[in-house]
Amino acid sequence: MTTREETNRAAARLERKAATRRGLRRVVVFLVFLLVLSLVYTGYKAFGEAVDDAQTDWPVVGRVLPRTDDLTMPPISDIIVEFGEPPQRNSSKPLGAFIAEAALFTFREAAFGFLFGTLLGLSLAILMLRSRWIERGLSPYLVVSQTVPLVAIAPIVVIWGSKSLGWLPFTWEPWMSVAIIATYLTFFPVAMNGIKGLQSAHPASMELMRSYAASRRQTLIKLQLPASLPYLFAAFKLAATVAIVGAIVGEISGGVRGGLGRLILDYASRYTTGPSRLYASVLGAAALGILAVGIVTLIEYVAVTRRQEGHVAR
Amino acid sequence: MRRLIRSAAPAIVFGVVGLTLWELVLAVAEPEGFVLPRPTEIMASFVENFSVIWTATLNTGYIVVTGLVAGVILGVVWALLVSRFRLADEMLTPLAIALNAIPIIALAPIFNAWYGLLSPTSNQAIVVLLVFFPVFVNTTKGLTGVGATELELMHSYAASKWEITKMVRIPNALPLFFTSLKIASSLAVIGAIVAEYFGGRQDALGQFIVQNAASSRYTEAWAAVVAGSAMGIILYLVSGGFERIATPWRPDVDAVVQ
Amino acid sequence: MTGIEAHLSTAVQIDAVSKTFNSGKPNEVHALDNISLDIADGSFVSLIGPSGCGKSTLLRLMGALTHPTDGTVTVNGKSADLARLDRDYGMAFQTSGLFEWRTVTQNIELPLQLMGWEKQERKARAAEMLDLVKLPEFGDHFPRELSGGMQQRVAIARALSFRPSILLMDEPFGALDEMTREHMQTEVLEIWARTGKTIVFVTHSIPEAVFLSQRVIVMSPRPGRIAADVEVQLGERSFETRESQGFFAKVTEVREALRFEEDAR
Repeated sequence: MTTREETNRAAARLERKAATRRGLRRVVVFLVFLLVLSLVYTGYKAFGEAVDDAQTDWPVVGRVLPRTDDLTMPPISDIIVEFGEPPQRNSSKPLGAFIAEAALFTFREAAFGFLFGTLLGLSLAILMLRSRWIERGLSPYLVVSQTVPLVAIAPIVVIWGSKSLGWLPFTWEPWMSVAIIATYLTFFPVAMNGIKGLQSAHPASMELMRSYAASRRQTLIKLQLPASLPYLFAAFKLAATVAIVGAIVGEISGGVRGGLGRLILDYASRYTTGPSRLYASVLGAAALGILAVGIVTLIEYVAVTRRQEGHVAR
Repeated sequence: MRRLIRSAAPAIVFGVVGLTLWELVLAVAEPEGFVLPRPTEIMASFVENFSVIWTATLNTGYIVVTGLVAGVILGVVWALLVSRFRLADEMLTPLAIALNAIPIIALAPIFNAWYGLLSPTSNQAIVVLLVFFPVFVNTTKGLTGVGATELELMHSYAASKWEITKMVRIPNALPLFFTSLKIASSLAVIGAIVAEYFGGRQDALGQFIVQNAASSRYTEAWAAVVAGSAMGIILYLVSGGFERIATPWRPDVDAVVQ
Repeated sequence: MTGIEAHLSTAVQIDAVSKTFNSGKPNEVHALDNISLDIADGSFVSLIGPSGCGKSTLLRLMGALTHPTDGTVTVNGKSADLARLDRDYGMAFQTSGLFEWRTVTQNIELPLQLMGWEKQERKARAAEMLDLVKLPEFGDHFPRELSGGMQQRVAIARALSFRPSILLMDEPFGALDEMTREHMQTEVLEIWARTGKTIVFVTHSIPEAVFLSQRVIVMSPRPGRIAADVEVQLGERSFETRESQGFFAKVTEVREALRFEEDAR
């Protein structure tokens, strides 16, 4: 190994160490943030309790800042304990297990939605790549499509699913309708970033492929798709979040049982008998969202970042 | 003028073709109890229920606009603070991205518990959160992503940190800020409508849509959806308009396609 | 007063300067090692050398954009930092660094704005500079509307707008094509003749260094050192100069100085 190779390897090793340190730092920052949030929450409660009687006269509390009684803001210890408590009278399954099951249900909807949304979005991107005319014609509608609160039409989609899709070889279950909603929300960022990414291939590289008499398909697979990966993964991270949101709201408005949406709604309606349960289920939803983005980030790391030796991961 | 028409032509063609197909397919097929009404039926319902829908749109619009303004101000101020201290940027921006992974709408029931079901604050809070993240992340990127040459130049002029921020970072951040504004305005509309679904006034779009859908009055529901969409589009275009005024140096950015 | 006459005062004094980056770490780099150099006031000096020889670093040391690990840099009799605060020098880089959101005129006015000049004075000065670089009609255009060569001319106009006594240029024509490059070289010489500034010019191109300067400092890399100091006395430059025997001889001399150092390692 020449000195230059040695230096390069050393630099790459340092870069990886720095990247790992950065990742760890972010995790620590996140945990610190949670801690600070808990402290602020508890601190605010304590402050509120201290000025208890005067509270109702203040215009701020209840309007801009929330009330601090235990019903509105259950103490954090209560919330944590609640995870272990069985919510149903006839079984000893703890709340945490219910939330986990519901999370899995919702995750399935989101995952299918993400998958199909990605396929649809990529196909659209490739189609738009083929023809500038199609790109200019479709793009405004793609943008507009996201202004349609489809999630409010979710009950319609659920009914439509059960009524009109009887011809499919398998039984259409309600959660699949929710997956459709997640698909609808996913395909837009994937399509928009996809077309940008596919077009980002260096013109010089495109000319190189042409000089090899590469077919359109070969150019797509060997040059344009790899070039679009950074853009796509940015979209994937957004889409992961959005798919989960779509799934949750779709469940709620579509009346689909079994997922986190339903769970949150139930505990919201029964708030007065157990406020901690609502908080616990919302925390579960938050965790699911972070998990989904974490999975995408992990895939990105394996597929993209690691391949680039000595790459500055910013 | 001609260039404008030429660039809008494909979109117009697609739109007209799409609407016509929609109308014809449903007129011919007429599936039983199908949940997607024809465009003409939707327009008719829209006109018929105009005053109700208009009031609902205004009520929802109030939440959208107030939430949007508050969220943008928060996002920009935070971004300015963070860009000033590089250490803060390294720590807080990834945090903001991670927090954005949380389904913000799931917080709606909690906010309703805090502020009451009919209070606008709970819905405004959702909108503020939805708007804050993209604005903060993009603006920070713009403020910190200044080229090395430009910074060296300013150093050679012995410029103060504030002068660098005012004369370099902020103008550099404007394009990215407006991109995020456009995204945020769409999010604000959807966020407000969905948040209303969880709990809000009867005479706002979210509740209107959902209640009509629940009583199978789909045409009315879609008419309100159209109104919501229109609000989103108008906000998007207005943001685009501001963008053109504030960033005159950029080549003609198509107001709709980004 | 032409710039070709050497003046007795020293504009820049580099005294036993060394610069090490990342010292102590595995990616430690000795950019410069014990460099000493005097640059006379009003002279045109080029720094040339292969990649990694530290010429850009040396330029930045002169401009107080970075500081030496050892030794001192004196500019116009003061420390480099003081010279920077006194606005004694202007800089031009390979990328023009023009702010895309400002018009050409506003870009030229940028340093003047920072230095507190009055609006009328700024406008007048900017117009003057545009005349100097022969772009008087482009004041209200945005940089993206200009070609690379024109952008560099604006960058030079900006660098000279506040009347610095020294101009530091880091491969400003590196991104331009050969024809535009030669044109810009002539323009820089004209500006030098008219203003009498001290110019330190970093370049990769041997003919450019020989054509522009009175003195070519040849540097060698790893660690950066001055390998040779070649005097160039070719008189008043013109288009014919590039084809003259004297020119070729000097180019060869510089080239051999560069090669000598490479062979020696």
